[in-house]
Amino acid sequence: MFEQDIKYLKFKTYLNTYCPHCRNTFNVEKKDSKSLDFKAIYKGQEIDLRLSPFLDVFDVESSVPIAEGDMVEDFLCPRCKKSLISQEVPCGECGSPVAELIIAVYSKLIPFYVCMRHKCKWHGLTKADENKIKLKIPRQEMPEQDQKLRVANYGEVPYGFTSELAALEAGRCLQCKNPKCVDGCPVNIDIPNFVRLIADEKFDEAAKKIKERNILPAICGRVCPQESQCEQLCILGLRDKPVAIGNLERFVADFERKMDLVRVPSIKTRLNKKIAIVGSGPAGLTVAADLQQLGYQVTIYEALHETGGVLVYGIPEFRLPKSIVSFEIDYLKKLGVRFELNHVIGRTITIDELLEHFSAVFIGVGAGLPTFMNIENESLGNVFSSNEYLTRMNLMKAYKFPEYDTPKPRGNKVVVIGGGNVAMDSARTAIRTGSSEVTIVYRRSRQELPARHEEVRHAEEEGIKFMLLTNPVKYIGNDQKMLKGMECIRMKLGEPDASGRRRPVAIDGSNFILETDLAVVAIGTGPNPVIFQTTPDLKRNKWGYLEVNPETMETSKEFVYAGGDIVTGSATVILAMGAGRIAANAIHKKLSEAA
Amino acid sequence: MFQIIRKQEMAKGSIIRFDITAPKIASKAKAGQFVIVRINETGERIPLTVADKDEFAGTITLVFQVVGKTTALMRSLKEGDLIRDVVGPLGKAADVEKIGTVVMVGGGTGVAILHHVTKAFKEVGNYVIGIIGAKEKDLIILEDEMRAMCDELIVTTDDGSWGERGFVTQPLQKYLGERYDIKLCYAIGPIIMMKNVCNLTKKYKLPTMVSLNPVMIDGTGMCGGCRVTVDNKTQFCCVDGPDFDGHLVDFDELEKRNSIYMKDEKDSLLFSIR
Repeated sequence: MFEQDIKYLKFKTYLNTYCPHCRNTFNVEKKDSKSLDFKAIYKGQEIDLRLSPFLDVFDVESSVPIAEGDMVEDFLCPRCKKSLISQEVPCGECGSPVAELIIAVYSKLIPFYVCMRHKCKWHGLTKADENKIKLKIPRQEMPEQDQKLRVANYGEVPYGFTSELAALEAGRCLQCKNPKCVDGCPVNIDIPNFVRLIADEKFDEAAKKIKERNILPAICGRVCPQESQCEQLCILGLRDKPVAIGNLERFVADFERKMDLVRVPSIKTRLNKKIAIVGSGPAGLTVAADLQQLGYQVTIYEALHETGGVLVYGIPEFRLPKSIVSFEIDYLKKLGVRFELNHVIGRTITIDELLEHFSAVFIGVGAGLPTFMNIENESLGNVFSSNEYLTRMNLMKAYKFPEYDTPKPRGNKVVVIGGGNVAMDSARTAIRTGSSEVTIVYRRSRQELPARHEEVRHAEEEGIKFMLLTNPVKYIGNDQKMLKGMECIRMKLGEPDASGRRRPVAIDGSNFILETDLAVVAIGTGPNPVIFQTTPDLKRNKWGYLEVNPETMETSKEFVYAGGDIVTGSATVILAMGAGRIAANAIHKKLSEAA
Repeated sequence: MFQIIRKQEMAKGSIIRFDITAPKIASKAKAGQFVIVRINETGERIPLTVADKDEFAGTITLVFQVVGKTTALMRSLKEGDLIRDVVGPLGKAADVEKIGTVVMVGGGTGVAILHHVTKAFKEVGNYVIGIIGAKEKDLIILEDEMRAMCDELIVTTDDGSWGERGFVTQPLQKYLGERYDIKLCYAIGPIIMMKNVCNLTKKYKLPTMVSLNPVMIDGTGMCGGCRVTVDNKTQFCCVDGPDFDGHLVDFDELEKRNSIYMKDEKDSLLFSIR
């Protein structure tokens, strides 16, 4: 039944098509003879009519030739001989009468219309019926690794759609005349178009369509908070669950990669200008791809020994496999982008030195400074910032210790302080190290948790406990100055603060001790000071981040641009990419004018 | 990839000196700064201070003591071998100015770092008193280089096998008692040595700078693993240091934090032997 329904949506063959009167099935039991045979009245004569498998009135074989534009007077069921002409619905295109057949979708019977005017373009469903069918198809669930199984490995948790699931899900899209989803995307991907291409099983073309606006769909499809971006505005979502745009994006990106269909475009113009990019995270990669394709020679400088920035050190393997990040980096290398690892800009080379050799510089260094709570005993052993914890585990692969040299932080009762995606990542990494208990401690309530719902669900499924409305007061150490406990206080929600979320207020006297031997502080990050220490003429805004002209992303230093977390504070991959796009356009404009 | 062009074993093989080709770092490295080294794909990142540099040759000198897995693996490397990642120069450079008379105190491998700082202070025209010490004669390093740079040099060994017998604090005490023109003290060495020197100089109100050596992971200020408490405030050694006012440093905490991974080091070494 499943396959029938999918194939229906693309109006393909093997449909179960019935006479509305006697329920005679027009379809053949044998799959090979894919045609529908009727009796028809044409010019007063009874003729045999055969419709193509696509229920396409263009392909009509008849015992007597029918001239184009001629009306077929009647269609008759071969079994009950009754007329199939619909009394209610006229042709949506030419107003002529239509024949009505019944097709079955999800065991519901839906009328399907064939226009009596030969070669009339309209056939199929009325838009209303089409939408009715689409509403009957539920949002396809992403297949995921079993909850208990996945805690013992670092493999990716969502398996990804199969092509059947993807085509079915894509078929749900109403193809709105005035889509709202595109507005929700920070880089304005042409969503209705790429979804339609998936529904037509043109997966490769769908991937190319996405790549017109977003060069990293395999990554965005996995980490974007679609539920607060495109999917939130999906019109289908008003009546039912929204189209799973993120899962579809991920599917085509993976398809393109696995089927080896990724093609590096040839660059036609070669401009004699060089661009330096500081940081190989999403912002820098976007600027690099855009400008390299416009003909500039781009060099990316990375401080760490691996490229990818937060994609590699921050997001764990089970959410974003590193093989995907390296595949995307390879794509950029094939485009001609140069990568220089182990270069700390400000130390190994300064920005001023870069400006001597490059026409423009883009700073995408991220917000990598960890924030601590500054409570007592925070320097005890086994109290980590989430950056250190995740860098050890993800970048240095400490989870493979001792195969990899970096020691693995281990605790039996782990506590993660914070409620964002980083906290979820840290907690889910900790539970995979074999800890018997991992608890998230967050000072507000469930509704205020900033993490993606999907990640909170994943964390709960994996057995992570949530201790909400709780705030740490101080850490407690043992004789060896290692963490052994944390004193907490209960909170209640008061009036909303500047961000709109209700302020947490401590309840006096509600202190208690939480037993813990490893704490990860995931309460946020700030701007890395190195770039400011070494480039004092870069102006900062009042929150300490880099100040830029919001329309061009140019900083206070001419020809120096910036985007991503170093400008906005920690945000998302896609926002960084959006900023990169703006900067790339501005750089190109400025350098073209200067020439 | 960074090539080792010269290797020298000192102190019965427990202290190694590498000269590595790293032209960009060599051109920028100042006294007191360090690099982060990762020797291979599975290796960890460790900080090593730049003991010296040759801008024309484009090389930097690293001197390290074999204390764990990575340093042990490094000892097995030969001239011509390649080190996968070296990034730097990191950290704030030592604050070097001509102030008059300074005393440089170094212990064990710390002398390698001290040497670079001593050179800088001498080159701007200070009168430099050097005190270097180690457990025994074979563990004394760079004595000739220090003697060439310092206006006065005292060598001490704990067991008396070379130079004066005792700790570095003893000759230091003598100097502090006799001379009143010493403006600054630099102490670099094992934590216990730096702590003792600071306790001593505090009595004489002599400003003392120390170079701290916490465990580091990224070295660029993004993880906080190297955090030290200075004047009751948390500082990141890799971006705010590595030099700090010794009188304000919580040495006990640093010592404890440095010993967290001792068991893991052992497991790691055993794994590679197997």
